[in-house]
Amino acid sequence: MKLTLRVWRQKNAGADGAMSTYEVDGISPDMSFLEMLDTLNEELILKGEDPVAFDHDCREGICGACSLVINGDAHGPERTTTCQLHMRSFSDGDTIDIEPWRASAFPVVKDLVVDRSSFDRIIQAGGYVSVPTGAAPEAHATPVPKPDADFAFEHAECIGCGACVAACPNGAAMLFTSAKINHLNVLPQGAPERETRVLDMVAQMDEEGFGGCTLAGECATACPKGIPLMSITSMNKEWLRATRKVAKR
Amino acid sequence: MTSYADYTTGAPVTDTKAPGGPINERWDTRRFEAKLVNPANRRKQTVIVVGTGLAGGSAGATLAEQGYHVVQFCYQDSPRRAHSIAAQGGINAAKNYRNDGDSIHRLFYDTVKGGDFRSRESNVHRLAQISVEIIDQCVAQGVPFAREYGGLLDTRSFGGVQVSRTFYARGQTGQQLLLGAYQALSRQIAAGTIEMHARTEMLDLIVVDGRARGIVARDLVTGKIDTYFADAVVLATGGYGNVFYLSTNAMNSNATAVWRAHRRGAYFANPCFTQIHPTCIPRTGDHQSKLTLMSESLRNDGRIWVPKRKGDDRPPNEIPEDERDYYLERIYPSFGNLVPRDIASRAAKNVCDEGRGVGPGGQGVYLDFADAIARMGREAVEAKYGNLFDMYQRITDEDPYRVPMRIYPAVHYTMGGLWVDYDLQTTVPGLFAIGEANFSDHGANRLGASALMQGLADGYFVLPATINDYLARNPHKDEVDTSHPQVQEVLAETEDRLNLLLSVDGDRTPDSFHRQIGELMWEFCGMARTESGLRKALESLPAIREEFWRRIKVPGTGEEFNQSLEKANRIVDYLELAELMCLDALHRSESCGGHFREESQTADGEAERRDDRFSYAAAWEFTGTGEAPALHKEDLVFEYVHPTQRSYA
Repeated sequence: MKLTLRVWRQKNAGADGAMSTYEVDGISPDMSFLEMLDTLNEELILKGEDPVAFDHDCREGICGACSLVINGDAHGPERTTTCQLHMRSFSDGDTIDIEPWRASAFPVVKDLVVDRSSFDRIIQAGGYVSVPTGAAPEAHATPVPKPDADFAFEHAECIGCGACVAACPNGAAMLFTSAKINHLNVLPQGAPERETRVLDMVAQMDEEGFGGCTLAGECATACPKGIPLMSITSMNKEWLRATRKVAKR
Repeated sequence: MTSYADYTTGAPVTDTKAPGGPINERWDTRRFEAKLVNPANRRKQTVIVVGTGLAGGSAGATLAEQGYHVVQFCYQDSPRRAHSIAAQGGINAAKNYRNDGDSIHRLFYDTVKGGDFRSRESNVHRLAQISVEIIDQCVAQGVPFAREYGGLLDTRSFGGVQVSRTFYARGQTGQQLLLGAYQALSRQIAAGTIEMHARTEMLDLIVVDGRARGIVARDLVTGKIDTYFADAVVLATGGYGNVFYLSTNAMNSNATAVWRAHRRGAYFANPCFTQIHPTCIPRTGDHQSKLTLMSESLRNDGRIWVPKRKGDDRPPNEIPEDERDYYLERIYPSFGNLVPRDIASRAAKNVCDEGRGVGPGGQGVYLDFADAIARMGREAVEAKYGNLFDMYQRITDEDPYRVPMRIYPAVHYTMGGLWVDYDLQTTVPGLFAIGEANFSDHGANRLGASALMQGLADGYFVLPATINDYLARNPHKDEVDTSHPQVQEVLAETEDRLNLLLSVDGDRTPDSFHRQIGELMWEFCGMARTESGLRKALESLPAIREEFWRRIKVPGTGEEFNQSLEKANRIVDYLELAELMCLDALHRSESCGGHFREESQTADGEAERRDDRFSYAAAWEFTGTGEAPALHKEDLVFEYVHPTQRSYA
């Protein structure tokens, strides 16, 4: 396959960026999207040009590092991560636009690499159960009904890639934040911190400069792990419940 | 001139710090004998932890909970992305919830036997003891393990054992356990007890007056090289499988931290013990950048086969039952498809070498779920393995519900690593290594679902107890700072190395060298090794190293985000590590576990272990680049599990 790539190039956080055009040839449909970019970068290095910087690590769709907007879609045309997208999803002669996540809470580091540390700070605000090592009771002391365990798992699958934010017209982080809240709040282990967790995490989310939610639903469409849109509704319910409960105290 | 292969034999390692007495009391004994640090004094002591995977994440969180000041590093943009996250199948624990005859002793026995009698009994027994506490801890953190309808935890079987002791979270157990550790870590970061440096890579170890006192690290965004000081340094930097270029490791997993520590005096043990995992997706072409694992748990229900006839290229569904060879079930009737990984991998290689492999290039075997779907129904198979099937389909464009999967072995895990004593301390005082970075518990072959167990055992429970002893006995003395001559020297060496990489301006990319080393290692130090092949590799490596320093091309500067520079610098270390791996494989002229020497096999082609000559861990001491290293042997004593030739027939 022969392709034309239009790639966002930006030297560093402070510099202005622009789209640059490159041609690549000899692309196999079995290549992953990132292997196609590897091919481009090998050529750029030999030509003495700066290769395109992009985040990637596990290349099996679980670490959440890869983060490209491809032809306007976070992670491209398939519902998967960029690293699991294969070139068979494109046709010979295509022009492909490649951009970084775009959101004010995810500043560009270089080219296609962005800073997602705001996600870490949301987790630090309460996305955990306070159980120091050694303080745990026997695992079977608290049975968890299977539907609750499955609900928790479904939300715990979030890989923190940020596609939800990139896809959202408002740059909101509601899906990411709700996934963690729902994972922990449905479990008996998460119950003691149920109220503070949702209030603190939502407050941190706002603090980081993410946009508000207008239930556009783009986040859930872009999510490579299929976190459902209803996750946001559940979080809103948790938040309301917590606000009332804390007010009564 | 003496060649690299003319290694010398140094003094044997005699003190492993493992206490004597009955094996089930040794961990209690050690914990009681270890000195403690007064809680009020802990915050005055700094511990550096490098890496945030299962071992590093759990260690950092736990040390901070104990009151130490922790300074932690990861090269990823977030500690949540460490490669433990990609572990699929599960985590072993001797809970015996199934009442199927499991016990701590059986897990200990299975692990020593599975490791082909090349691990230290005391360490393995401790691992089995701690396994039960890990499950408790993770459940309390909210890790969503698979559960039965009654609300209790579900388990499954894994290779090399006959009990069901593997706890799992669909095919994403590593992810869920890692997020548990990451959340514990996040809680401490928020509390201000951990100073976290993401996108920062360790480039060297600082040793002052014979003790590990800090690291040199590079901020990957600004390129700034800095020094960080501490009272002890913990390496939780994972394995070195990426020396093979193609492996199931993450693209950026690397050996720099452990190799630099080795160069500074830490012995490197059993570097040739690498695990080739039997169930990976075969490669499709030269563009391939990494290999993807299909969890071993698939072998619970999938049946492995190849056509009986050589060169049979009919589609799998057209090959009748009696023309298929379910070779694992045929050769190993009692364990069948659940034989340990090394055995399954070698068997796959053998049938492919016979010309009975399937798929492109004949480098594959079938993993067939037709029987499982007929027996359990498609829905049940989907519930158990859905995400793995989806992943397979995305990569290969084939539907495994209709067509059998094609699998082939790939480099997955390294049992070798920095030599550590019972306290997980290396031969450099104050330098500890945990998780895959050390050599401790798996001998010559790791059983499935045991890596997660070991990473978390080391990080949550072992290191936090043993490091106290070191810190208590080596109270905070003189401050070290950047002006110290030994620090200046390390800093200058690091800067010189990076500057040199940038200045060569040759005509070959870092990846082209990495690929070349990988191909060489896969051919000569892969699934089957011979004396002549290893000697050939040992001859080639210095030449590649020389060519590397003449022809490497790294664009850009050191004062910016520069992924080519990161790669090139890691290759410098692979070039030396590869040499040690080949030498270790050459000197160990027996077959054991993942290390198969063609010269050492039984009449029916099984690995032949030579306990008379090789019942030891080989701990290598660095003497200089390209210089013959010194071998220190730690004799392995088996008091509880009597070594036998492993039999899974």
